[in-house]
Amino acid sequence: MASTIATILLILVGVSLLYIAYRTITGRPVERRIVFIYIALAVALPLFMTLPAPVQVTPDVERLYDALEELRPGSKVLVSFDYDPPSAPELQPMAVAFMKYAFKHDLRVIVMGLWPQGPQLANLAIEEAMADQEIAAKNLEYGVDYVNLGFQSGNEFVIQAMGTQFKRMFPQDDRRIPYDSIPLMANVTNFSNVDFVFNLSSGKPGTIEWVQIAVDRFGATMGAGNTAVQAPQVYPYLRAKQLHGLLGGMSGAAEFEKIVEEPGDGTTFILSQMFAHAIVILFVIIGNAAFFTERRKQE
Amino acid sequence: MRREVPLIITSIAGLVFAISFFIPLLGDAQNRFSDWVSIVQSFAVWLGLLNLTKVSLEKITRKREGWQYAILTVVSLVIMLAIGMFDGFSGLAQDPPVSYREPGTNFDWMFRYVYTPLTSTMFAMLAFFVASASYRAFRARNFEATLLLVAGFFVMGGRVPLFDLLIRWFTDYPLFNQFADWIMTYPNTAGQRAIMIGIALGIMSSSLRIILGIERSHVGGQ
Repeated sequence: MASTIATILLILVGVSLLYIAYRTITGRPVERRIVFIYIALAVALPLFMTLPAPVQVTPDVERLYDALEELRPGSKVLVSFDYDPPSAPELQPMAVAFMKYAFKHDLRVIVMGLWPQGPQLANLAIEEAMADQEIAAKNLEYGVDYVNLGFQSGNEFVIQAMGTQFKRMFPQDDRRIPYDSIPLMANVTNFSNVDFVFNLSSGKPGTIEWVQIAVDRFGATMGAGNTAVQAPQVYPYLRAKQLHGLLGGMSGAAEFEKIVEEPGDGTTFILSQMFAHAIVILFVIIGNAAFFTERRKQE
Repeated sequence: MRREVPLIITSIAGLVFAISFFIPLLGDAQNRFSDWVSIVQSFAVWLGLLNLTKVSLEKITRKREGWQYAILTVVSLVIMLAIGMFDGFSGLAQDPPVSYREPGTNFDWMFRYVYTPLTSTMFAMLAFFVASASYRAFRARNFEATLLLVAGFFVMGGRVPLFDLLIRWFTDYPLFNQFADWIMTYPNTAGQRAIMIGIALGIMSSSLRIILGIERSHVGGQ
């Protein structure tokens, strides 16, 4: 019922854009509050729809998946949460899907953050992954199957120091348990003892710093998930094969959820993003149509 | 001395990092400097906190414009700090110890249901302003603007399954998704590389000027 109403409303929104196009072309552009209402509807209504978005998995996401598939059970994965809540709608679905994949494939997860809020967002992702029945049945143990090393200030210098010794930057984990008392960290000295690094980032310090130091200098194997704004800056590293796969924005999250068969928020939100993009594109077309009509009149 | 000492510290720190990249023997010095950076940054957090408190209290006492918001800032700061410290200390007393960030703590509740929705809302406002600005200002006025407009059009439509959904009556091949991927892979990567090389060269020359003491603006010089 809610889905049908939402679909009908979205069709009405689309039709009403014709009136806005007419107004704009005749020199009476609508005020910005009207544009805001359209965006709000485009984002909110799809949340009530059951229409499945046909997500196409891109080669960058496939590369990350292939790299993860090569890891054997028991492999150690370092996940750095370098973002804060404003970027969570794009990055948290990636984090949750990654955690689910890692726990289901018996990977050992070491979590840390170069942003103060990162480790807490990691806890939320772990909690959501643990709610999965298959994962809950494994009875995963903190300190043995996963650990949260917490936040450390120092930006890229933290990565630099970790290249020699993780313990140097994290003498205790987030629960104040000494590094040497954590079973998972028993044989982990530096990046050479970690099989894969996965970085979730929305700025600096983030993926670029991790590639420049952990990958280039210390030879770590790494994949990343970025916000849509940051992803274009990371492409040069992807093409140079310094990065083993990249999840870019909400679409990256949805694609990753599809390839690991863990549908979540990314799959739900991509529909909202699709309609929001459609509205922006239509407003740009309307604006430009008015611009060219005006210019022709002036000529 | 107020200028000379910071200049000497900057030069030594810069030289250690630059030289240790080529001479592994200096690796330990580099690690020691990394430790110091971490410690200095931790102090900077406290400095920022004290500064915010000072500025906000001044605003309140002198009743400057928006002083009511400053009260909110100070109250929020004190509440989060008190809850964090209470959870932190009580968590340490538990066996096994629990971090103040763990699910179930008061701090986690504040983070989850107050801080996260508030900051997410602020960031989400961008979508509305971007849409409004696109409608009013994003015009194909010249060749460069047209190029940007066309690229933006295809990337926005191709990155989400929008255009490919529309052409489904004709083909199942994700034409627009592939085209958006091509734009990101080739023109975007080429442009980003050019920018990165330019920035790297700029950083190198600026760093050299700072290390050699030619550039002194960071210590208040010309």
